[in-house]
Amino acid sequence: MKLSSYPIDFLKKLIKDMLLIRRFEEKCAQMYGLQKIGGFCHLYIGQEAVAVGSIATLDLTKDYCLTAYRDHGHALACGLSPDSLMAEMFGKSTGCSRGKGGSMHLFDITKGMYGGNGIVGAQIPIATGMAMRFRYKKEKGVALCFFGDGAIHQGVFHESLNLAKLWKLPVVYICENNQYGMGTDFHRVSAVEDLSAKGAAYKIPGKQVNGMDVLEVYEEVLAAVKQAKEEGIPMLIEAKTYRYKGHSMSDPGKYRSKEELESYKQQDPILILKNQMMEARLLTEEEYQKYDEECKNISNESVRFAEQSPEPSLSSLYEDVLA
Amino acid sequence: MPTITYREAIRQAIDEEMQRDENVFILGEEVAQYDGAYKVTQGLWKKYGSERVIDTPIVEAGFTGIAIGAAMAGLRPIVEWMTFNFSLLALDQVVNNAAKMLYMSGGQIKVPIVFRGPNGPAEFLSSQHSQALQSYYAHIPGLKVVAPSTPYDAKGMLKSAIRDDNPVVFLEAELMYSWQGEVPEGEYLLPLDKADIKKEGKDITLITYSKPIKVVQEAARQLEKEGISAEIIDLRSLRPIDEETLYASVRKTNRCVVCDESWALASVGSHVAWLISKNCFDDLDAPVELVCSEEVPMPYNHTLELAVQPSVEKLLAASRKVLYL
Repeated sequence: MKLSSYPIDFLKKLIKDMLLIRRFEEKCAQMYGLQKIGGFCHLYIGQEAVAVGSIATLDLTKDYCLTAYRDHGHALACGLSPDSLMAEMFGKSTGCSRGKGGSMHLFDITKGMYGGNGIVGAQIPIATGMAMRFRYKKEKGVALCFFGDGAIHQGVFHESLNLAKLWKLPVVYICENNQYGMGTDFHRVSAVEDLSAKGAAYKIPGKQVNGMDVLEVYEEVLAAVKQAKEEGIPMLIEAKTYRYKGHSMSDPGKYRSKEELESYKQQDPILILKNQMMEARLLTEEEYQKYDEECKNISNESVRFAEQSPEPSLSSLYEDVLA
Repeated sequence: MPTITYREAIRQAIDEEMQRDENVFILGEEVAQYDGAYKVTQGLWKKYGSERVIDTPIVEAGFTGIAIGAAMAGLRPIVEWMTFNFSLLALDQVVNNAAKMLYMSGGQIKVPIVFRGPNGPAEFLSSQHSQALQSYYAHIPGLKVVAPSTPYDAKGMLKSAIRDDNPVVFLEAELMYSWQGEVPEGEYLLPLDKADIKKEGKDITLITYSKPIKVVQEAARQLEKEGISAEIIDLRSLRPIDEETLYASVRKTNRCVVCDESWALASVGSHVAWLISKNCFDDLDAPVELVCSEEVPMPYNHTLELAVQPSVEKLLAASRKVLYL
């Protein structure tokens, strides 16, 4: 689709959302270095177009979004506040999961964000089951299920796709192929190169998309979401993408070359949209710089909020074990 | 009061709750058109149709995870595992998703779901199909785990489990399905956190749950003939454990034998024995005895498989030990 056919505010929102993820996570990395954030922290930098383009297709008052532990980008794209995310990573009571979840378990069900799952592939049947609600209650809605190129080989992926097709569940599976499952090149663990082909055994249509192009992601996921909602046809999308940082903060990423990393940085999702918009005269460098400043300020502010937020009380330890 | 089987009691509970709440549905292998591998769900598919009584392929992790997702989205699924032996394939979904979702989301996401099916040794099934796996579940905060031993308890507790907003693991047993008992006609609910004194006594406390209740009852009858009055406590709930009921009994009898058909190490029985040893230390006249299964996989040979499990003889020997007889 031509750029001019999109409302300008929509395009601006896409670029701002991606920029916010980028700047917010740079701040996360800094805070991790300062030991303000502990444990596992998986950065999404480089993959922003996938979450932003996909989640822009959802009605977050009804639809569901589920992902794995690399979840900051999805949470921000769902509209969770950077303050509540940073506070969560600081372990504070003002965090979106009240300091119980941390980086890997970001939740806000008022915004359609159902986590944040730390077990590779475990969210795939969960998302499939959430989609079951729509069919059971005869409601219109969709579950977007994100996972990585590592998770696609788990048994529950195959078990879920079989049932999603059999039971006509409105679920769209998005495999974010960032090329590496931790330190393992996906070619070394996959019998097929085209991961979108893995739906074929269950007659689930599959498609590869350029995960660095937010508008391509948006268009393909939009079509899949429409098909899922209206016809109960599940879909598998493989978004080819790349993470610039290590698997988690403790990973120096020695399994890949500097040249490879640089070549992907030339296909940066934010720069692609920025250049397209500037060429179409829908964005000026000044505006872009202004957005960038805003995102940096929001990220700085989230740190201030997290710092000033209270620790959870010790008595909260025993809260929410059972309903 | 009508006498019905344990199987019928469970079926009645499911039927009544499905009638009461349209969000309740059941899924699992052979639950619908085949009428259930153990005929627990007999007739329900005809009554409620394929939307609410749902046959699945043999994918325990997959359909258990899907049911957990459905519960997170506001439905109230009952998962039937054909047996708990196969539930190990779904353990990740139960432990990491069902049990933890409420906590790690900071209280946002409830998982109202029941996982049920036959657990524990049956007969002539060898090692993979005849094991008591409750310790796996009882270990996990965020789950409720119950194991009723009578049709009356089974019906009232299953209805409560279906209405509960937490994941409840509901343990039945293949050999218990034909057990009979009185069950009132009207609706009733039983708590998920209370032990039950199945027989009052004053000389010794025998604590058990689920299928070994019959062995324990027989042992109590034989003790009675010797003039020893045994109190039988049925735990019913394995998580949480109703500690006060146990302590009150032991403080009265001063002697205790715990019987659990799982392996002793890290079992519900060993935990109960420890709780009593610690909290009733000054009341005990003898160390608490524990009767569990032998530390071997289940053999096929019938004599051997019976030798593995708690028996009247083992119960009597343990009782005599704590009674210094």
